[in-house]
Amino acid sequence: MRSADTGTQTVRLRIWRGDSQAGRFVEYSVPFNDGEVVLDVVHRVQATLAPDLAVRWNCKAGKCGSCSAEIDGRPRLMCMTRMSLFDRDSPLTIAPLKTFPAERDLVTDVGFNYAVAGRVPPLAPRQTEPGEHHRIWDADIERVQEFHRCIECFLCQDVCHVLRDHESNKNKFVGPRHLVRLAELEMHPIDTADRRATARHDLGISYCNITRCCTEVCPAGIAITDNAIIPMKERVADRFFDPLRLLAAKLRSRPDSGPAK
Amino acid sequence: MAMGLFAFILYATWATFQNSHYYAAPYLSPFYSPCVSANCTYQTAPLVGSWWKVSPALAVVWIPLGFRTSCYYFRRVYYRSFWLSPPACAVADARPRYSGESRLPLILNNVHRYFFYLAFALAIVDSWDAVAAFDFSGHFGIGLGSLIMLTDAVLLWSYTLGCHSCRHLVGGRLKLLSAHRIRYRLWKGSSVLNRHHGLFGWTSLGWVGFTDLYVRLVSTGVITDPRWVLH
Amino acid sequence: MGAALSELRELAAEIEVHSFDVVVIGAGGAGLRAAIEATAMGASTAVVCKSLLGKAHTVMAEGGIAAAMGNVYAEDDWKVHFRDTMRGGKMMANWRMAQLHAQEAPERVWELEEWGAAFDRTGDGRISQRDFGGHRYARLAHVGDSTGLEMIRTLQHRLAQSDAQVFMEHTVISLLTDADRISGVLSYSRSDGRFVLLEAKAVVLATGGIGKAYRVTSASWEYTGDGHALALRAGAELADMEFVQFHPTGMVWPPSVRGILVTEGVRGDGGTLRNSDGRRFMFDYIPPYFAEETAQSEAEADAWYEDKRANRRPPDLLPRDEVARAINSEIKAGRGSPHGGVYLDIASRRSAEYIMKRLPSMYRQFKELADVDITTDAMEVGPTCHYIMGGVRVDPETGASSLAGLFAAGEVSNGLHGANRLGGNSLGDLLVFGRRAGAGAAAYASGAGQSGRISASEVSELCADALAPLTSEGGENPYQLQGELADLMQSNVGIVRRSDELAHAIERLEDLEERSYQAHAPGGRKFNPGWHAALELRSMIVVSRCIATCAVARTESRGGHTRDDYPSADQALGRINFLLRWAGPKTGPSTGGSLELTTAAVEEMPEELAQLFVQGQGS
Ligand code: FES
Ligand code: FES
Repeated sequence: MRSADTGTQTVRLRIWRGDSQAGRFVEYSVPFNDGEVVLDVVHRVQATLAPDLAVRWNCKAGKCGSCSAEIDGRPRLMCMTRMSLFDRDSPLTIAPLKTFPAERDLVTDVGFNYAVAGRVPPLAPRQTEPGEHHRIWDADIERVQEFHRCIECFLCQDVCHVLRDHESNKNKFVGPRHLVRLAELEMHPIDTADRRATARHDLGISYCNITRCCTEVCPAGIAITDNAIIPMKERVADRFFDPLRLLAAKLRSRPDSGPAK
Repeated sequence: MAMGLFAFILYATWATFQNSHYYAAPYLSPFYSPCVSANCTYQTAPLVGSWWKVSPALAVVWIPLGFRTSCYYFRRVYYRSFWLSPPACAVADARPRYSGESRLPLILNNVHRYFFYLAFALAIVDSWDAVAAFDFSGHFGIGLGSLIMLTDAVLLWSYTLGCHSCRHLVGGRLKLLSAHRIRYRLWKGSSVLNRHHGLFGWTSLGWVGFTDLYVRLVSTGVITDPRWVLH
Repeated sequence: MGAALSELRELAAEIEVHSFDVVVIGAGGAGLRAAIEATAMGASTAVVCKSLLGKAHTVMAEGGIAAAMGNVYAEDDWKVHFRDTMRGGKMMANWRMAQLHAQEAPERVWELEEWGAAFDRTGDGRISQRDFGGHRYARLAHVGDSTGLEMIRTLQHRLAQSDAQVFMEHTVISLLTDADRISGVLSYSRSDGRFVLLEAKAVVLATGGIGKAYRVTSASWEYTGDGHALALRAGAELADMEFVQFHPTGMVWPPSVRGILVTEGVRGDGGTLRNSDGRRFMFDYIPPYFAEETAQSEAEADAWYEDKRANRRPPDLLPRDEVARAINSEIKAGRGSPHGGVYLDIASRRSAEYIMKRLPSMYRQFKELADVDITTDAMEVGPTCHYIMGGVRVDPETGASSLAGLFAAGEVSNGLHGANRLGGNSLGDLLVFGRRAGAGAAAYASGAGQSGRISASEVSELCADALAPLTSEGGENPYQLQGELADLMQSNVGIVRRSDELAHAIERLEDLEERSYQAHAPGGRKFNPGWHAALELRSMIVVSRCIATCAVARTESRGGHTRDDYPSADQALGRINFLLRWAGPKTGPSTGGSLELTTAAVEEMPEELAQLFVQGQGS
């Protein structure tokens, strides 16, 4: 709704209020100005109508990945979602991430993501001569830099149906964010480790059925499915599902290339 | 999307079992190429004797079928539209249990690269057919059919070379791309095609059907192929 | 664990108690680097941070890490960097810190690379370095324009390999002391409101800055000066609090993003500032101090990007204080842009492809937040509160403060930047002094013997004090008070200051402080932002008072402190630092005389370093 004389408009918001026990949507109506984002309006609700409305945020510029929520059912960063996207009179729905346990209001317990991060084996850098430093070329580093843009907003984790709809998969599958991390280490030019068995057995890469919702919601524009997960699936196939390669490995009897345990 | 796929499957099944009107000199329908049975109207290579009584298309059609069914792009399409896991992003899965591609039968999708090898060979044959489509009994010519066949080959290559397995095999699997100049270039090229893999997937699919239809219409005499031949 | 502690457990069964050698407060670059070092030295270590791990304000750092690696210009070495830092800081920096920083930054950068950071490369495979204001050579190691994110993520993963324990979303309320040495840290969990007591032999403060005390700021909500206030109230000394850096280029439109940073890398990579007449006005503002090394014509400035040896640097790349003041004057003179800024133009000077490669997140930020395509249009920018040079006075070698067992690193500490920080020196600061403080704290802890005692009554008093806003019916809304404070500081203790405005501010701050202790936050203890805001407000006001108090005392203009009534630099004042100590009560609002202001002479540097500043030594 736009009032002609002031340029300010009013928006109706349905915000989920509650905690791990129970909750419901509460409607608020607040003014907003041209150029504002959803986080601005949520902050206005907080400053004027509901001082205890819980919401996470930090940078307000799409760089820290704190302000994730589901706006009208779509996982988004509140600080990068302009109000001008929603030109209408019906209320705008703002809900916490569904995949993680509710903590309070728009804040969820994203501890899962920190807990499983440790399952990806860390970088194992190649040694350099004393006093020397790595020579690294654009051809190698550019591929990895894309993955380093990740701001850990966990929107991909939230939208991924493997975690979202199947609670029991949470101990078998680490989610897209950590598969990106896996890819960034596997493709890192100074890394020497082989994480393919881990990818299959501990990280559950084969649970992904590449339906690409993670890529669609990624605010950092990382081609999660095409550039991280599928290439990793191919690497896992090299190691476990390619009969010719398995045979070749047998013949060369390299102990690390044998079939799965 | 689901509709498009469904329509194509219907047409392709029908065309495959027709076993006639798949050749209108010099055009060979891509569904029947390579035509390897002795019973072929136009034989690409005599690999199978005349004992092969059913449609010669059946000898090859499993290759594109397997290639596309295990294609990372089409997997997404049917997981979403037929399996409904998920029906759309942030919409709940239809089934309560889910094991993804970790078990039979879906784990078999991991053999995609072998279909890629076969599809690669097929693309060479298709290119040969496209070249042959400019050969009008020993004379160079251009017919509308030649152009359709050529487009078909180009689209098939664009689809095949942008395949994720291809991208992986030519260079993606390397830890250090910089150490292999040529493979780096190939990987770069494949990556460009790969970015539009879905687009090429659909256009090549549609075009193959269209090419078959065109050959069929010319062969049955419903339409005449406009052509210009150098004498 | 002392007897007092078990007593405390009985007293307040709900308080969670842990014990560590070293507790690091803050999980930005400095905090993470300190924790990594402390664990590497075998200290049992905890990290306490207000946000989730990996969200700290360091992710906002864009441009890069200044380190004289000499990858792009072989002539560059630590001495040149040292000289740039000292001159940029108007010779008020601690010479030893500037020296250590310049000497050690390259090692710290290479170490990050070893830990997985994916820096941009030069053509021959080394770490690429970019130009920045005040740096003689292209010196900033960078990852596109999101170097801070890269640094945080790299350190975060590195820390995850140690057994340091992280207390995410915990706010520290008070440092606990036992007879003039640190004995622990009292904090509460933001998510469920529980109090958590960490017994500690040594504490490292790495809490960042104070930006939220200003209206137009590049800072996030975390920047409430907690560390400054904690240190001060625990008995440590603060120094140079009047020096606040206003970054010349923040976004000015739309209003909701006003203040968000536009990296100096835009200018380093060829962008230029223009006023509404299209004039490159920076040529009108070259101070005599930098005249010798600054281009006097547009042609020379533009040629510098290609050939740095034969040309002098463009005035767009003068130190930040100079550029911010110039922009401020242009806007005041009515030559600003429609939304009250000036134009920053890279679109007409560099190809779209180059811009996208070098400044991808700037492109996205403007496209998505302001509907401006920076590859075709100029940006509108204006000064924004960015950094405080003042902070806890520390020992250069170990980061030790004047309070035994308390260490500090990063923005909360003082010394490296003098009166004005050079862009790119902050990330280096975090790494170099984060590591030193972590090592200093671990070494101190291992020699400290028994932990100090913690007084149960003091803890329960502090807890009660912290819970007060939840029950103080009739008190004011903390958000409103925060807004009032931000406006007050912005207009009275901002870029340009005057004695009458400062006096007014000090008076109002006392009033605000009284009211802040009455503030009321309805709701419970579980993730209640109103309550958090009420507590943070207390730190913000203490720190604001420190800034205003020092600003009154410094009757000259220098670096991040500009006085309308004393527009020039004063030689004598340039040789002293202002120090502050707390003389007020341990909890509750302070009293009139609670800030004790003293002075100390700026330390003289040794002869061989002083030689570097003799005329003719390069320019
Ligand atoms: S607040 Fe940082 S991403 Fe939204
Ligand atoms: S053909 Fe689509 S991925 Fe291989």
